[in-house]
Amino acid sequence: MSWRLWLPLMLFAGFVGLAGYQLTQPKNDFVPSRMIGQALPYFDLPPAFAGLPGAKSASFADGKPRLLNVWASWCVPCIAEAPQLEALNAGGAEIVGVAIRDRPEDVARFLSEHGNPYKAIGRDDIAEVQFALGSSGVPETFVIDGKGVIRHQHIGDIRPEDVPVLLAKLREAGQ
Amino acid sequence: MKAIPLLIAAALLPLAPLAAQDSLPPAPYAYRQLDDPAQEAAAQALMETLRCLTCQSQSIADSDAPMAGDMRHQVRLRIAAGEEPEAIRAWLVQRYGDYVSYKPQVDGASWPLFALPLLLLLAVAAVLWRRLARRTQ
Repeated sequence: MSWRLWLPLMLFAGFVGLAGYQLTQPKNDFVPSRMIGQALPYFDLPPAFAGLPGAKSASFADGKPRLLNVWASWCVPCIAEAPQLEALNAGGAEIVGVAIRDRPEDVARFLSEHGNPYKAIGRDDIAEVQFALGSSGVPETFVIDGKGVIRHQHIGDIRPEDVPVLLAKLREAGQ
Repeated sequence: MKAIPLLIAAALLPLAPLAAQDSLPPAPYAYRQLDDPAQEAAAQALMETLRCLTCQSQSIADSDAPMAGDMRHQVRLRIAAGEEPEAIRAWLVQRYGDYVSYKPQVDGASWPLFALPLLLLLAVAAVLWRRLARRTQ
């Protein structure tokens, strides 16, 4: 019997092996933004909270790097993230929020329960700014440098171990 | 017998939403068709080939996720404003990468998928040619 007869079976076994390996790999649902390295798209959102101004892109290009936090009061991981935003705020980070599909009274309730680390919060009722940023969910956090360029994207809630990383990214963006 | 209600509850558990949803009404054009049937058809065709980012195996035309509704609103508004469907797709791909589009495209990473069937067809034709030529001899 020629060795060539075994070739199709070997090919098939190789395919099964590859498929089996890929099936055991953890699935990555994150869709990273392609806007990193690009200028912040234009937006001018009305305030989502009576005590703070709204969010606009023009306020970013003033030399100071900032965090842009895309969140919502109805988003459960955003509650888990709140203490880390406080820690970032305490570490000198200026945080601008964009509240997705949110009501001012719900935003006020969330901030009174979980703390308010924001300098400004814009109200985005139709996820317009979210699409412009290439963000695919809440919460997500972008590092914007002093020239108004997007430098880094953090997808999902910020865990304690992410706080020093984001502070370092902010310092990097300030240079 | 006592276990049956428990089993039913367990079966229904995955249907409960994993994350809470917002209570805001959908965007104006999330569920409303455009007045011009030709424009609506163009929007519908495009929406069927755009991926919903929160429920990634569905198109935004299929999905009831609020974000898919917001994206349908964007698509319909832009079509109504006279933008070309492919320009809207390009706008989204620029932000989310090729992943957001279901439309197959030949590029640096995907060309073997298109080349391989052609190569196989050529190989089959070559084998057939040789065998038929041998038979007629």
